[in-house]
Amino acid sequence: MNAHISASVYTSHVPAIGVALDLGKTDEPYWQPLFAGYEFSKSWFAEHTPDVVFLVYNDHATAFSLEVIPTFAIGTGARFAVADEGWGPRPVPDVVGHPELAAHIAHSVIRQDFDLTIVNQMDVDHGLTVPLSLMCGQPSEWPCPVIPFAVNVVHYPVPSGRRCLALGQAIRRAIESYPDDLDVQIWGTGGMSHQLQGPRAGLINSEFDRAFLDDLIAAPTELAEKPHVDYVREAGSEGIELVMWLIARGAMADLGGGPPPTVRHRFYHVPASNTAVGHLILEN
Amino acid sequence: MDDPLDKPYLDVPGTTVFDADQSRRGYWLNQFCMSLMKADNRERFRRDEAAYLDEWDMTDEQKQAVLDRDMNRMISLGGNIYFLAKIGATDGKSFQQMAASMTGVTEEEYRDMMVAGGRSPDGNRYTHEWDQRDAAAAGEHGS
Repeated sequence: MNAHISASVYTSHVPAIGVALDLGKTDEPYWQPLFAGYEFSKSWFAEHTPDVVFLVYNDHATAFSLEVIPTFAIGTGARFAVADEGWGPRPVPDVVGHPELAAHIAHSVIRQDFDLTIVNQMDVDHGLTVPLSLMCGQPSEWPCPVIPFAVNVVHYPVPSGRRCLALGQAIRRAIESYPDDLDVQIWGTGGMSHQLQGPRAGLINSEFDRAFLDDLIAAPTELAEKPHVDYVREAGSEGIELVMWLIARGAMADLGGGPPPTVRHRFYHVPASNTAVGHLILEN
Repeated sequence: MDDPLDKPYLDVPGTTVFDADQSRRGYWLNQFCMSLMKADNRERFRRDEAAYLDEWDMTDEQKQAVLDRDMNRMISLGGNIYFLAKIGATDGKSFQQMAASMTGVTEEEYRDMMVAGGRSPDGNRYTHEWDQRDAAAAGEHGS
């Protein structure tokens, strides 16, 4: 039996969520409704812990400065340290990688014409650790290996939705050709609507976000045609992170001729700090 | 295919998209920010900000904007928010405090706006919407 993708998970990765968790503020009135939306997810993940999580996120000027800006970077290392982003590192475990599967995916996906950057050494920031905390709680070790997959959504132009969806399809083919019976989940993180900069900071567009969730579930191919400027105008300059969700969505079975996914969980909340929080669990 | 060189995002008000031109303009400003990820550098910067800034190949305007903590100015001169956030971290400020400082309201007002659902996209999609609003406001003052 080869490896397979059992489910995809989508979530915002707001840094303030990590701070609230790390400082024990989850029961405060401001944060309680947000963490309540992840209670189901934590028990679902405990019951469905995969062998590997392939985690799509973006680096926020942490591992990558302006010296080198890779569009797609796959972490092939054995271990990834938790970064000090300027406030000190989050008190969470280091991330254990899966170098064999990561190298296999890199080989396969590059052969499918996606020019990945291979990264053996990097620290990971809140973009990767906040989703893990939301899904796994606060364990002393993360429950499974994680392959970090960093996408440039900071320095324009960022990859198009169409390319992200096609990349997800290539990643699915790569995983399904790995000759070991591994249960793999793919996670897409970032978003939803938010803008952190300039006089328009604080923009939130719930209507856009809810339509995005609907279309991500039922019409991903059409959604992938949405131009960048629509994200910027409608969902804020940092709302563009949502293109990363299309990578995870592209890896689901229906985009390779299989049946549509089952929606196991859906959640939406405003605000977490500057950001609208969206969350989905889709099973194959 | 659309024209690969067009920049349709230039007519989004109150927003600077960090593209290759902005990145070129802000390279050393952003790299200076990046240096603040090291505790030693944060300490040296705090001790003498101007002297620390002089170690970097930044323009005088960029240095002044940093000294003034004028985030909007830093962004117009090529700064990117995720890099500029390192200055905020050095000053002990959260992302929400930094965001509030760019919008012309107090931190409390900004937080209240977010709790009430955030800034609506209505009236905030196109630069002409802000121009009309500003012109109307100027008209009221004039009468």
